[in-house]
This record gives sequence, structure tokens and C-alpha cells, in this order.
Amino acid sequence: MVRFVLKRMVYMLITLFIISSFTFFLMKLLPGSPFNNEEKLTAEQKVILNEKYGLNDPIPVQYFNYMSNLVKGDAGVSFQYDNRPVSTMITERIGPSAVLGVEATIFGTIIGLILGIAAALKQNSAIDYVSSLFAVLGISIPSFVFAGVLQYYVGVKLDWLPVALWDGPKYHVLPALSLSVFVIATVARFMRTEMLEVLGQDYITTAKSKGLKSIVVIWKHTIRNAMIPVVTILGPLAINLITGTLIIERIFAVPGLGYQFVGSITLNDYPVIMATTIFYSVCFIVVILIVDILYGIIDPRIRVAGGKE
Amino acid sequence: MKKSKWSLLLTIVLVLSVFLSACSGKNGKDDKANGNASEGNGSSSKEKVLNLLDSSEIPYLDNIMADDSVSLNVANNVYEGLYTLDDKDQPVLSGAAEEPQEKDGGKTWVFKLRDDAVWNNGEKVTANDYVFAWRKAVAKETATQYSFIYQVAGILNADKILNPEDKMYNKTDQLGVKAIDDHTLEVKFAADPASKPYTKAVLSFPTFYPQNEAFVKKQGKEFALEADKALYNGPYTLSKWEHEKGWQLKKNPKYWDKNNVKVDTINVNVVKEEATRINLFETGKADRTTISAEYVDQYKDKKDIFSTVPESTLFFLRMNQKNKALANENIRHALDMGWDKKQLTDVLLNNGSVPAYFLVPSKFVNGPDGSDFREKYGDLNKGDAKKAKELWEKGLKELGTKKVELTLLNYDSDTAQKDAQFIKNQLEKNLPGLSLKIKPQPFKQKLKLEEKLDYDISYAGWGPDYPDPMTFVDMFVTGSPHNEMNYSNKKYDDLIKKASSETDLKKRWAMMQDAEKILIQDDAAISPMYQRGLAYITKPNLKNVVNHSFGGDFSYKNWDVK
Repeated sequence: MVRFVLKRMVYMLITLFIISSFTFFLMKLLPGSPFNNEEKLTAEQKVILNEKYGLNDPIPVQYFNYMSNLVKGDAGVSFQYDNRPVSTMITERIGPSAVLGVEATIFGTIIGLILGIAAALKQNSAIDYVSSLFAVLGISIPSFVFAGVLQYYVGVKLDWLPVALWDGPKYHVLPALSLSVFVIATVARFMRTEMLEVLGQDYITTAKSKGLKSIVVIWKHTIRNAMIPVVTILGPLAINLITGTLIIERIFAVPGLGYQFVGSITLNDYPVIMATTIFYSVCFIVVILIVDILYGIIDPRIRVAGGKE
Repeated sequence: MKKSKWSLLLTIVLVLSVFLSACSGKNGKDDKANGNASEGNGSSSKEKVLNLLDSSEIPYLDNIMADDSVSLNVANNVYEGLYTLDDKDQPVLSGAAEEPQEKDGGKTWVFKLRDDAVWNNGEKVTANDYVFAWRKAVAKETATQYSFIYQVAGILNADKILNPEDKMYNKTDQLGVKAIDDHTLEVKFAADPASKPYTKAVLSFPTFYPQNEAFVKKQGKEFALEADKALYNGPYTLSKWEHEKGWQLKKNPKYWDKNNVKVDTINVNVVKEEATRINLFETGKADRTTISAEYVDQYKDKKDIFSTVPESTLFFLRMNQKNKALANENIRHALDMGWDKKQLTDVLLNNGSVPAYFLVPSKFVNGPDGSDFREKYGDLNKGDAKKAKELWEKGLKELGTKKVELTLLNYDSDTAQKDAQFIKNQLEKNLPGLSLKIKPQPFKQKLKLEEKLDYDISYAGWGPDYPDPMTFVDMFVTGSPHNEMNYSNKKYDDLIKKASSETDLKKRWAMMQDAEKILIQDDAAISPMYQRGLAYITKPNLKNVVNHSFGGDFSYKNWDVK
């Protein structure tokens, strides 16, 4: 197991290097400079500004400088926010995004699992139809529609919860709920399909014929086996939510990372684009590793390392 | 096996506890949020609180680096320079105790600073604070985008210090500013500021505010990165700053004019989504917000809360004379006349914008006799579709063609797309033989294409850098970096050149008016579209709200909650 993780770590570093290099050169293809009032700057001013931020150097030199600083742990300073260190910008903003993402993932997964399991166990019943309908709606209607509806009806009309802003737990409810709709729908759909497939397997028939209680059959043999694909999709899904979602953060004025990332791209804030991309990549890679490890725990038949446990 | 069961149970317990704690918060924290709509609950204290919204985090708290509307607005309220803009948008003394004593035939101004102007750490604001800040602003290492404002103000040697080709480049100690003693500041100008009636107003711009040298040096790289890493000498202090979420301004107890500051606390939340801003206003969590065309109809009839403010920003179509058809004067006149500007502002924009037949916006600045710049010539090159068609056909004959294909370079926003579509339909209907293609581009790409003159027609905008018509009219002199359309008229160039050194203000004014007339009436070099307006909804108890046409948008010092 340790050898497996170590080996994966090496791969991860290589992947990260490729991703950051690729992003660096792609980013340099964006038109324009990172300066705000570009249309008002004189040629001399542009020279001075470019010099200050080291943008006059040839791109390979800039690349080398950036990468060597990065290895030393220096991700640079933001162009649009007064030379603020990029690392503090990310740590300040990841908090709200992560809290919201975790809440939405946990809530969405639980509800999704319940719906999916119930639908599969009572196939073609009313529960099944309702759950399927919900899954279709949840996947096809974008989350900002739910967000808008929730904000207007629950926030403005009923005045039950705050319309937006970020000032304590009750401010989390509407954005987390809006985010979780997609999770619920996805998880429910996957779980139902997988459950139905597993229920048709021979070993379930065997288990039943052994005289096991149906709760044991469902819990130990069906759900457990059906969980594998759900875990696979859940990892990336959770990372998407945790690292910030542009639209929901924008609608509910959550001071998170999602909007920052998009904003830095439109403003050509190179260090922020780089750091955020690398941060996202690290999250993804780590989650994929965790998912791989989880496989082994859920289903001992899948032994990622091939060791002799 | 057993282990996994327990971990699942544990997860469920954890999840439940998260939700339970979320629920318990509902009852506990509520009171705080409900009470502060505008005025704190009367009985306990008479604290006046305002809740405002802004669209972005503060990019710069350092007044010298500030180059965007959010930063400039904060700087305008937490710091103070020699002058500030009053509620009629006129420069009035603030950090300076009296109007300057003039020497060298007006080319040197000597300011006496206020005795009672202090930083919020108790130290006095000294003349050296100004010298330090001004030199910092023109230094190469600072590289602030607004360093050019020192050239605009005509401070001695600013142009040379800022020019990498010049021998004096980056020799900031050569800048025309000196501390005679702690309370006396001497400012030298390159030319007699009498030819620049806007000098005092320009000095109210945040790039000219002082900075406490010892404090700035002590903070080093951290200076102005957090609320407590800056010193304040303005009517307010920044008491709280949560990045990306919002900030809070508190009345500065050490401010010399604190008795005239009415509102005690101003909370600003960052909200980028317009619908959310309106919902916050509707639920009493915000006292004022801008609204766009889609929402104007909903509020237009609520006279107590709805208002529009004309901005001094002008939108116009650049016509690139490198294009053969656009080099023809009749074609340009026809294109400018051939569409209904009023319909664009009234139906599509619907936010208080007014149709423009001019370059210098109306209600922007008054001339030496107190009249608006627009009064003399009014609307230029105004005509109807019939006249446009005549000119168009004349132009086509001159070109010896029946068809003209042009591309309209555009912003990539939804509203700009609608505007362009409207213009396209009108022009193609009114000017037979014209086909206009719309080419939306991301902002930076659009600027690049304009710079390279790689376009036919372009939807462009311009806001003033200082309160004077010159900020508009000198854009189009031959060779100006902002000309970007190959326009050149010697008569125009001469008028602008003469005007920029003319000390007889009446003559100067008339020259700029004549130049504008040449540009639009005679040459139709640009096709003005509209002067932008902003629509607001404001709680009726909010009084004395004034938008500045230049620098920071607002002076909260004048605002009041009744």
C-alpha cells in the first residue's frame, strides 16, 4: 500500500508539472496585458509596467523564472490586487467555497443515496417515478435557476432565509441547497442503475436462498457493491463544488474562489491563473488517489496495489 | 467489515451535527442582522448606519496605486488631499488651510496646510507627507497607472521624470514639489496653471493625497494590504476589510471636520449579481443600488426611490479612415445620421442615457461664464434618415460603387450586442447598398485591434481623466495614442494646440468648442452614440447623495440618513 501511494505521488508530481507548463504557455496566448486602464496607458507607461512585472522578458525566461520560484514555494503576487501574495488570496477565498462544497456534497449524497436506493428497491413504483423525475430535472435544469427561484421565493417572498451574503450558518442554506440539487440527481440516478444491476446478480439470489434477512442482503451485498461507481463520480464532483462554483457564488455573493478564478482569466492576472489552476489540479489528483484507495476498502476484490494483504 | 460499518455511522453522526449546528444558528444570530436596516434601533443610540453594495473587492487601498472606480471611491472617503470635491462637484479646500499664495507669475503655488489635519494614529499631516507621496507616484518602481495625472496637472518635470527616453527619467527629487516647513508646501508648475482651470480639481484626485512616510516605510510590502496596514486622514477610516466579502467605514474621530460627517458607519458588501442586489434592496439589506435597463420599468414609476444620474462617459463609433469607404466624408456623415439615436437610449438602454450629437458630454463642466459647454453649438451633425440617404448616395457616387461592406467591432457584452444589432438594422434599412457585419471581441482583444487600426467601425467609449473638455477633445489630434482611426485635420490640431496654452479662459473655451464642431459637424470623424446614464434605486431616507463626475464617485461625508 505504501509503495502504491509513493509511486502515485511521483506520477502526481509529473502530472502537475505538465499541467502547470501547459497552462503557462496557453495563458500567454491570451490577448492583452494585465493592466486595468489599458486603453489609457501610453506606450512609455506600458514599458514601465511590463518591466515591473517582468513581462518584458522572453516567454521561456518568464517560464523558467516562474517555475523556479514555484519550486521554492513562491507563487508570485497578483497584478490586479496591489501585489497581494497569490497564496494568501487563495487561502482567504477557499474557506467559504470549501464549506459550501462540503455541505452540498454531504447533503446531496445522503439524499441522493436514499432516493436512488428507494427507487431501485421499489422499481416502477410511485417512489421510483418521483425519484427519476427529480433526477432528470436536477440534471437538466442548471443550478442557477434553482438558486434564483430559491432566492426569490424563500428569501424575498417568504423572508425565511437571507437573500444572499455570507455572515453565518443560516447564510449557507440556500446556496448549499442550490448546489446540492445536481449532486442529488446524479447520485440518485447512478445508485438506482447500479442497485438494479446488482440485484439481478447471482450472488444476491444465492444470499437470499441462504435465508439471509433481506436487510442484510440489501445492506451488505447490494448497496456495498453498488457504491463503487458512485464513489468514482463523487470524487471529482465534490472537488468541483469545493473549489468554488462561479455561478452560485456570484448569485449568493459568497466570497469564494470560483469567481476569483474566472475574473483573473478575463483580467490576465497571470500569477492568479497559474496558482488557481495548480491548486485545482492538486485537489483533483489527490481526490483521485483517495478514490482509488477507497475502492479497495469498499470492494476487496479490487486491489490497486496487488500487494499481499 | 465491522470497521467500515462504524465509520459509516460516524459519518452520519458528523453530517447530522453539521446540519444541527446550522439550524441552531438560525435563532441565535438573527437579531444582529435584522436591526441594522438604516438607523440603529432608535432608543439605544442614534447611530446612523448605511448599507451599500459594490461590484468588486477593493483592488488597491494604496491611494497612489488606485486606478479603478472602487479603489478611487474608497480613497476619496478615507484619505484627504489639498482639495476635495463638494456636493456641487467643485473643488474646495480640505487639507490645505487656505487658497495658495502665487509666486513666479502664478507658476509656483505655496500652500499652508491645516494645523488640525492628523492621521488616525495622532501624527500630524505634514508637508513632507505630500512630498513623499508625490515622488512615490512618479517613481518607476511604483509604476502606478495614474502617474500621468501629474502631467495632466502640469507639475514641473513630471513629464520628464516619467519618460524613459529623458535624462531626468525617474529622478523623482526633481519633481516640482517641496516642503518649506512642516506646514508649508510649495508646488511648481511647468506652465502657468491659468491655462488649466481644472488644476485645483485635479489636485483633489487620490493620486495627489499625502502618505505618512515613516508608516509606509515601516509597513514595507504589507502597506495598505489590510485595513490596519494603512493610516487614514479622511472623514472615514476603513475599520474592517474582509477580502471579496466587503468592508466597513467608520466615522474618523480624529478628522478635523468630524462634526460635519453625519453617517457613523457604512457597511459595503460585494455583490456582483444584479438580481441579488435588487433582492437585497427589497429585503432592506441594502440602502441603494444601481439597476440596469431590464429592471428600470419595474421601478420607473416609484418616484421616491428611483433616480437616474447622467455620467460623463461618452460612447461613440470610431470610423477608421484607413478604410476606403470611411475615408469619404459623405459616407461618414451618412453613417452618423442614418440611425435613430433616441430610440437606442429610450428603448434599448432605458437607464437615463441620452442620445449624443457631440463629443464633450452635457452637464460635465461649466465654462468661464458659467454656461455648459454644449450651449454654444448644441447638437452637431443631426439629421434624419432622408438626409442620410442623400449623403450616402452622393458618397457612393464619389466612390464609384453601389455596395459597401463594413464590419462593426464590438464589445462582447449582451447589451452591446443588442445595441449593435439595432444600429445594423437601422443603417442597412436607411442606407441602401450597405451591409454591416458585427464582430464582437473580448475587451482586451478589441483594444488590440483598435490599436493596430485593424477594424472598420468600432463601438468605443471614453470617460474623463480630469474635469475639463480637453480630456475629450485632445484625443483626436494627429498622432495622439487615442486617435486610433487615422483621423487628421490640421485646423483641428492647431486649435487644440493653441487652446492648451491659452490663458484667456474664454478664448480657450471657444477654441475647444470650435474644434469639436470641426470634428463632428464638418468631418464626422466619429459618430457619437450616447452619453451614459446610471439608474439607481435609493431608500427615500437617504439624503444629499451626489455622484462626482471625476475621481472617486461619492463623498459620503455629505450624505445623511433622515
